[in-house]
Amino acid sequence: MSARSVSLPPEQIHTAAAQGLFLCNVCTQLSRVRDATRACYCPRCGAPLARRKRYSLGRTWAFLISAYILYLPANLLPIMDTHSLFDAQQDTILSGVLFLWRTGSWTTAAIVFLASIVTPIAKLIAMTVLALSVQRKSKWRPAWRANLYRVLVRIGRWSMLDIYVVAILAALVHVQSFAVIEAGAGALAFGAVVVLTLLAVSSFDPRLIWDAQDESHG
Amino acid sequence: MHNHAPLACTACDLLQTAPVLPSGGVARCRRCGELLYRDALITWDFSFPLTIAGGILFIVGNVLPIVSLGWQGQYTDATLYGTVHALYEQHRPLVAVLVLFTLIIAPALELGTLTYLLLSVHLHRHAPDLARAFRLWRALREWVLLDVFLLGVLVASVKLKAIADVEIGAALWALAGGVALLTMAVASFDARAYWAKAGE
Repeated sequence: MSARSVSLPPEQIHTAAAQGLFLCNVCTQLSRVRDATRACYCPRCGAPLARRKRYSLGRTWAFLISAYILYLPANLLPIMDTHSLFDAQQDTILSGVLFLWRTGSWTTAAIVFLASIVTPIAKLIAMTVLALSVQRKSKWRPAWRANLYRVLVRIGRWSMLDIYVVAILAALVHVQSFAVIEAGAGALAFGAVVVLTLLAVSSFDPRLIWDAQDESHG
Repeated sequence: MHNHAPLACTACDLLQTAPVLPSGGVARCRRCGELLYRDALITWDFSFPLTIAGGILFIVGNVLPIVSLGWQGQYTDATLYGTVHALYEQHRPLVAVLVLFTLIIAPALELGTLTYLLLSVHLHRHAPDLARAFRLWRALREWVLLDVFLLGVLVASVKLKAIADVEIGAALWALAGGVALLTMAVASFDARAYWAKAGE
């Protein structure tokens, strides 16, 4: 079933926060918080409680900007060095996809293209749009933005694919005498981009998308 | 099992009452469509055996080779830890740590914490640090990337097929089975029912 949303009349919208209830991000228990200025913890699982994820937007920006900085070296530096008796070859993310395409493995080429090129850039752009919209307290299509965030949470992990491909190739082709495959400097930068975008997505609090319009309803 | 206590959507904070679900049903947020909870088709009692079976397959998947490569009569193979070791030897310690954490440490801790949580309910004992184990499990879950690794093995073997004989090892099937069982165990783990039982 696809996620769908309906426009609720404002009088039907009661958020937990507006009622003085804090939702535990870990176990989803609702707790009444009397004094929000003091540190409080979930009575069920002991996780720290807050109205929204703490410093959500600042942390999201920090991870996102770091990911942008590393994005260029991740794509320009070789992620894999191949040395054989006859020649040496360096592969970037993109040339790895092109190699698969040229050798006729179109399905695999498409999978790697989606996971390693489309997903990271889509995550960077979409998280920037989400963070900007929340920062500017935009009321523009909250349901659409909520869906966008859900998609990011789903697909984010798959961009780690190329790191594992390099790891397996490096482990398999290094005792053989005919060739040696080594992880290049690009693998480090690319791995960092993937981890940083995963952290940016998990730091973002999707409830902030709805807060702008909830507050205007009073 | 589900009462009519109010709950809040984790994605938009809307308060709503929890309907009683038909078998296999799914409750979604009225406003943003986020999954609130589902009535698992696999009942709660299966969580524990599924986790144990998944753990056994995970151990098998760590011990046996994942892929082997043959070229002009020479054979090499790689285990899960072998990938970490190779990256470390090639002076990529941070990439090695990333692979070690997402493929070995995080899955082992997820299996461990889940076993601990379920065992305490099955034995009707109030074990110490249940809340801490639960929080650790939830924090780790998104860093278990074994499913992505399995796809990576397939991509790597396609790349090598052009130059050498590639054979998928038993460990790959064991890990695939382990991932499937763990996914089912997590799907049948109903956090609300768990805390109701653990609190008895």
